[in-house]
Amino acid sequence: MDGAKAIISVKNLVKKYGDFTALKGITFDVLENEIFGLLGPNGAGKTTTLEIIETLRDKTSGEVLVNGHDVEKNAGAIKQIIGVQLQAAGYYPNLNLVELIELFAGLYGVDTKPMDMLAKVNLQDKAKAKYKELSGGQKQRFSIATTLINAPKIVFLDEPTTGLDPQARRNLWDLIIDIRNQGTTVVLTTHYMDEAEQLCDRVAFVERGEIIALDTPDQLIDNLVNSGFERKKEVKKANLEDVFITLTGKAWREG
Amino acid sequence: MQKSYNHTKATLALAKASFRSITRSPSAVVFTLAFPLIFILIFGFLSGSTPKVSLGVAPGSDLQNPVMAALEQIQVVKLVRDKNAQELATSLEKGNIDGVINVQKNPADSPAYTANIQYTSASRDKGSILKSLLTNALYELNTKNLKPSVAVLKESTVHGRTYRVIDFILPGQLGFSLLSTGVFGTAFVFFSLRQTLVIKRFFATPVRRSSIVFGEGLARIGFALLGAVFIILVGHFFFHFTLINGVITVLNMLILAVLGLVVFMGFGFVVSGIAKSESTIPPISNIVTLPQFLLSGTFFPIDNFPEWLQPISRALPLTYLNDAMRKVAFEGYNLWEVKFEMMILLIWGILIYAVAVKVFKWE
Repeated sequence: MDGAKAIISVKNLVKKYGDFTALKGITFDVLENEIFGLLGPNGAGKTTTLEIIETLRDKTSGEVLVNGHDVEKNAGAIKQIIGVQLQAAGYYPNLNLVELIELFAGLYGVDTKPMDMLAKVNLQDKAKAKYKELSGGQKQRFSIATTLINAPKIVFLDEPTTGLDPQARRNLWDLIIDIRNQGTTVVLTTHYMDEAEQLCDRVAFVERGEIIALDTPDQLIDNLVNSGFERKKEVKKANLEDVFITLTGKAWREG
Repeated sequence: MQKSYNHTKATLALAKASFRSITRSPSAVVFTLAFPLIFILIFGFLSGSTPKVSLGVAPGSDLQNPVMAALEQIQVVKLVRDKNAQELATSLEKGNIDGVINVQKNPADSPAYTANIQYTSASRDKGSILKSLLTNALYELNTKNLKPSVAVLKESTVHGRTYRVIDFILPGQLGFSLLSTGVFGTAFVFFSLRQTLVIKRFFATPVRRSSIVFGEGLARIGFALLGAVFIILVGHFFFHFTLINGVITVLNMLILAVLGLVVFMGFGFVVSGIAKSESTIPPISNIVTLPQFLLSGTFFPIDNFPEWLQPISRALPLTYLNDAMRKVAFEGYNLWEVKFEMMILLIWGILIYAVAVKVFKWE
């Protein structure tokens, strides 16, 4: 990522809810075409940060530029070049997947072939199904499909793999890597460190509204080891998840 | 690279999605179509196409005259001849018969006959039907001019058309259908879109808030208008609902329907704003709709209510929509002639949207 240009630039971002300061002046850049992870415990401010960048929430102070546009002055221009997956968002009731894609195409003002979009996330079979009839993994893949409708430069994924089984999770990782390989920048939050390690080029740790570490997963691990950290248990060459995947197979299943 | 964003396209995409969603939502279909249709069917069949009216013939009444002949022709009127004066009087008091007629040759030459009608307070609505029928019959006789001026009825109202039950019930049901679609539909949709973060997801697209409101409104108006056309056509072709000027009347009714619906949707926005949870929407909506259902002349004319209640009825917006609908459909008024009713609706609209802007919540 050396020499890559920043596509998102956050400087001294502060967000207050009444007396409570959710973000205490955070600063970071997201580089073009990387997968950037925001990590941290619940309530640390990850979602707030994302929503401010997505122009869904006002900031108290600081500066946020997305592809050169200021979130405050040019929210409209930003919305046209980003795709957003919200944690736990629902979709318009009583519509099937094709109709939902048509709706979003209209909202983004683009012409899209719904079946092509569904093909990208391997949901062609479910074209006539309603969103609520999908399994957890299918719902997440559909949500990601809706973020790709406007061929965005940046995609935001808020906990995309929470609640999924290991197969569905891996399947989603492949999809996310695929999206990045098409030239899209991906910003995601997650509670799974193995996921961050596998997917993210760089991660930022957010804690109580501050960024306490920001680097490549590799470097962060090295730093910790160099500081004298040792795992209590000797590291084996595989973990229990590897056992799970080996026993039950990699194939993603409906359910 | 970015083309300029098209807000109309976004609004229409939303309207299309919303319309599809409404047609698949059981509650919308029930409230807009099934509910009013059931009432119309019940009242339509209960009364046949027109109600039967019993008319006692006073002993000593002249029987061989064009008036009696004309009455025999009217199928709705059942002539009761075999009762004496005493029996007639009691039946009339109990409402078992709806009127008593006594036709007499006029000692003076013109008019040739006089017809005395006695109505009863025990059967007021049939009495007025009877009145309407008699006036109609006599009017025809007089204009056919069997002899110059065959008879004169000692009554002052002249109302030639038969006013059927459906002519009263249908506009009321139509109005109520618009009220429930407007209030319940709007309240539920915006509340649930907000709760399930659908609106938040919309906000992550370049769509404007006004497009969301307009798109939803368009879909609801489109659906309600289809419902209204369906109700009017069923009423007209199966139960002889009067449409004085045909298509023009239907169009006028639809314009009124849109006005009413827009006002009622304002109530829906308010309800969606003040409801704390999904389960509080129905009770709050009922507070808006039920009084209007009962007091706005949906089933009974407001004049039948006790006097202390009438001012309340006269304050409700549905009353004016119902009145305007009936005047347009039955009396053949044009929209300018119901401007008073429309103005009251408009005032309600301004008031309710002023409140809606204050209490409506997006998130």
